[in-house]
Amino acid sequence: MPLATSQAPALSGTWCRLHPLSPVARIGITLGALLLAGVSLVSGAQTSSGRTAEALVVAAVAVLGMVASVVSWLVTRWRVVGDELQIDTGLVYRQSLRFPLRRVQAVDVVAPLTARILGLAEVRVISAGTGHRQHGRLAYLSNQDAAAVRAQLLALAHGLAAETPEPPALPLFRVDNGRLIAASLLRGAWLLVLVVVAVGAILAAGDPTGAGGAVRQGGADAATSLITGVVTGLFALGLDAARSVNGDFDFTIGHAPDGLRLHRGLLQKRHETIPYGRIQAVRLIQPLLWRPFGWARVELDVARQPEARRQGEARQLAHLLAPVATLEQARWLVGQVAPGAPATLARAGAPPRRAWFRAPFSYHYLSAWHDARWLVTQTGRVRPATVIVPLEKVQSIRLSSGPLLRALHLANLRIDTAGRRWVAAAPCRDADEARALVDQLGGLAWRARRLSW
Amino acid sequence: MQYRRPSPRLWLARQAVLGMASLVLLVFLGVWGGLLWGGPGGLAGIGAGLALAAGSWLVERGRYRSWGYLERDEDLVVQRGLVFHRLTVVPFGRMQFVDVTAGPVDRLFDLATVQLHTAAAATDARIPGLRSADAAQLRDRLATLGEARASGL
Repeated sequence: MPLATSQAPALSGTWCRLHPLSPVARIGITLGALLLAGVSLVSGAQTSSGRTAEALVVAAVAVLGMVASVVSWLVTRWRVVGDELQIDTGLVYRQSLRFPLRRVQAVDVVAPLTARILGLAEVRVISAGTGHRQHGRLAYLSNQDAAAVRAQLLALAHGLAAETPEPPALPLFRVDNGRLIAASLLRGAWLLVLVVVAVGAILAAGDPTGAGGAVRQGGADAATSLITGVVTGLFALGLDAARSVNGDFDFTIGHAPDGLRLHRGLLQKRHETIPYGRIQAVRLIQPLLWRPFGWARVELDVARQPEARRQGEARQLAHLLAPVATLEQARWLVGQVAPGAPATLARAGAPPRRAWFRAPFSYHYLSAWHDARWLVTQTGRVRPATVIVPLEKVQSIRLSSGPLLRALHLANLRIDTAGRRWVAAAPCRDADEARALVDQLGGLAWRARRLSW
Repeated sequence: MQYRRPSPRLWLARQAVLGMASLVLLVFLGVWGGLLWGGPGGLAGIGAGLALAAGSWLVERGRYRSWGYLERDEDLVVQRGLVFHRLTVVPFGRMQFVDVTAGPVDRLFDLATVQLHTAAAATDARIPGLRSADAAQLRDRLATLGEARASGL
């Protein structure tokens, strides 16, 4: 098997290995940490045999890791045949993965820090199959190969000739980094910390008044543990904010004929491409603390494997359309992705007034509206969320009502989409209207599916 | 357009299970009451057990009666629920797969449950208590319809 440095042959059907530096990129950070540990152990050792043994263990682990990743590189090969991506991998358990490119939901290029230093990137093919756990992962290819592979996979996914060059993307939107940082710091969890501090302060202040030394001692203990808890909480919050800033830094959206291009990341760069037809739902959220500033977040959902959620990969696969934007920008973006769908709803779509008895707090935010192509619903009091579903993507429609709702002659309507993260909910509709809507939406969805072919 | 109902055998099966459970409950309550307060206690225990059994029988009957499904031109409608009504509409073109399951009690009564799966996790279209032959037939019919009308994600 040739050790091709360029991946061109793989795209024309010859088995190829991944980039020779992949093992290094894959274990880069772990290896560095282990080496550091080994060096510190050896330099700190006073010729005591125990230290040397520890250093040997560290070295052995490092060597094992290196051998394992080299072996995994040696036994992994891939190619594109016709409109199928094929990956063979595994030493003990051989795995042959086949990804039909017509079913591709999105293609991502991800470059973690170590890979970026080496000029490498990973190509991730996300398909909607339910069979196996993995996405098609090619870790790693050189940067220009990754771009070429992505362009070709997308061309094939769209049923075009493999040689079709990647169409240029028009810049659509760019998220302000300052606002991103500010928005990441404005999390609802801060309120919790504030409440804890307030309660703690009241307790600590109330405790020692007019009491003896022992009680004062107890108050001091409480204060110490309170401070520890708050510091831990702040640290976790800071970490969370740092992670979201790191993930969404320099967020730009491009608009290309084959789909939306998303670029983001500070240390780890991600380039995502989402074909337009694959968008299952769009959601606009206004978290509580962002509302004074008029900010909102826009997310979109593509169909994905059910297991992805459990593997903690959901966060990476959740496609953000904008981590933070002004309401105006957010609505404009929604209009770009879902042309013709409104991101705000008239009160005409509101449920009947008696729904107030069932949902007194969120009543003024509830709304639902649809036309021949889109269904838009709005829910939530603390975090108002607007969900926009293309009718051709509707998977099933559900109607439910409990005793209270039936007494009020109301019913909850839910529309499921293949994106597994949210449903469009229209709670507390008039029962007769909801029943009629079920049939109407079913017919419209059927027609929309027909037209979209 | 008449909703089709699960087989009456489902009601038989439910009653059988309920009967067994009630019998155990009756014996337990009777003995317990008898041990605590003697003869009248035992009678009271049996009375309470009977009341409980009658109550669950009523609820079960309501549940059984609430099930219904309807095959229309383009979709399948399933409704259920006594206290909490639920109605689910699944377009044939959206069905990913159909499975038929039968537990030990189901098999004793020659029954099976047909479950529809779509690409959405939340879809909960399930039709219990069909005769196994009917279930197999329905499954095949749904699969054929789904194939004919299938559309990409």
